[in-house]
Amino acid sequence: MNIDLSINPSLVRGLLTRFIRTEITRTGFSRGVLGLSGGIDSALVAYLAAEALGPENLLCVRMPYKTSSQDSLDHAMLVIQDLGVPYLDVPISEMADGLIARFPDMSNVRKGNIMARCRMIVLYDQSEAFKGLVIGTGNKTEILLGYSTLYGDSAHALNPIGDLYKAQVRQLAREVGVPQPILEKAPSADLWAGQTDEQELGFTYEEADKLLYLLVDQRYTPEECVQAGFERAFVETVVRRVRRNHFKRVMPPVAKITTRTVGYDFLYLRDWGT
Amino acid sequence: MKFTLALAQISTRLGDVEANLEKHLILAREAAQSGAELIVFPELSLTGYVLQDIAATVAHRPVAEDPVFRPLLQASNDLDMVVGFVEEDRRYRYYIAAAYLSAGRVVHVHRKVYLPTYGIFDERRYFAAGDCFRAFETRFGRVGMLICEDFWHVSSPYALWLDGADVFLMTSASPGRGVTDEILGSAQWVQDVNRAYSGLFTSFFAHANRVGFEDGLNFFGGSTIFDPDGRMIARAPYNEEALTLCEIDLAQLRRTRVRLPLLRDERPEVLLKALQRIDALK
Repeated sequence: MNIDLSINPSLVRGLLTRFIRTEITRTGFSRGVLGLSGGIDSALVAYLAAEALGPENLLCVRMPYKTSSQDSLDHAMLVIQDLGVPYLDVPISEMADGLIARFPDMSNVRKGNIMARCRMIVLYDQSEAFKGLVIGTGNKTEILLGYSTLYGDSAHALNPIGDLYKAQVRQLAREVGVPQPILEKAPSADLWAGQTDEQELGFTYEEADKLLYLLVDQRYTPEECVQAGFERAFVETVVRRVRRNHFKRVMPPVAKITTRTVGYDFLYLRDWGT
Repeated sequence: MKFTLALAQISTRLGDVEANLEKHLILAREAAQSGAELIVFPELSLTGYVLQDIAATVAHRPVAEDPVFRPLLQASNDLDMVVGFVEEDRRYRYYIAAAYLSAGRVVHVHRKVYLPTYGIFDERRYFAAGDCFRAFETRFGRVGMLICEDFWHVSSPYALWLDGADVFLMTSASPGRGVTDEILGSAQWVQDVNRAYSGLFTSFFAHANRVGFEDGLNFFGGSTIFDPDGRMIARAPYNEEALTLCEIDLAQLRRTRVRLPLLRDERPEVLLKALQRIDALK
């Protein structure tokens, strides 16, 4: 079965730069803050945001932990130099190790979550200092699979690329001129040496994108996905992941006890009044 | 007879009627000064679209005493206007409505009949549905108005056509989606539908769509006018606010319908018989 995830990159580029500009300026801001990991997602968002806001209005922050690879830092610098945006280096090793050292047998998952949340604290602090909104960099594949840290990398004021699958992120990244080494390398959260997303997830983004596209965008049932040629075990794994991680995609439930309750029958867009 | 129609493709402030009203008055003045005799604003142009719980608080009644309609009616002395608003009726039901104003009077109000409540839409949760399609007389001939989802049901323009409408004014706040082709998938759809209607009903179809964002939803603009031959005679840019003026030559109705007498040959009684038979089976 031929599943085509191609997009018209120039159409999407225009739409997303308008989104960033409008949704930041209507709230009274004119600047953005971005964590730049050296990977393709944040690089793409940096290009879009620099185009939308003007490079001088985008603060890119590199936040290495001591195990972060030099490549990640170098690749982030390629983006910074190419765009001419202001940047800051705020290493998070001391912050993170202050907590990690208390628990000598801490798992990699716990450490990874702490690092992601340390970075969130740095970005939100810079948000106030630079007077810019934090721009998110999670893509649709990640969001659906729940491959993120709640209140870590999932915390931001707006997300321009959250409706693009990883394959579509790649297409758009080529369009906006993300440097070649970033386009070519294997996706990694870089939380520990040699980590890659696909190794940790147990499947490739290419497979996941196509399956999610059928399940979510095209409303295929899991059984229809199996009939379309996907391994049953893989379909089940992905369906389970999407459901189990749904809590990361919604606001936490408020217990309803009165006649009007935030989240249920007190409903307004963020853009209310703007 | 010829007249100049202006499509006011605007962005709105969500729930800020005062700011939106001001924009209406400025554009109406500008359009009138440029020679326009009719200006059409998009769906919910006075309020913004994804209103949710704001809806009841931004509602107005289209009467001369209303603080929002008073200045609009005054402006309608210079040119006819179609404005989009939330209408509150006497029993506190709220409608998505479009009002046609002319020479200081409310000529017609259309209440949206089809309220999409699926996918990204949730209109039925907040609004009451209108229950009729009616064409009405204007100084430019007989006109029909439809709001967005209304014209996704082919029976709506058909009813107005049989009721005598030769000029159709369509308004919408259409969120863009579909990014695989040259233009947005939803923009292509709306354009195709308007083109098809203008040709099939051998009438003028003017469509005013809005622009801007509300949270993550983008409104794409691309407002159009098609003539009775199905030719696009005006198109506003995509995604940008614009005031687009276009001369409407009503004599084209005669030229097209002499060549292609679809209206003459239409057999509503055959349709009626079919509907009665189908209805009787229920």
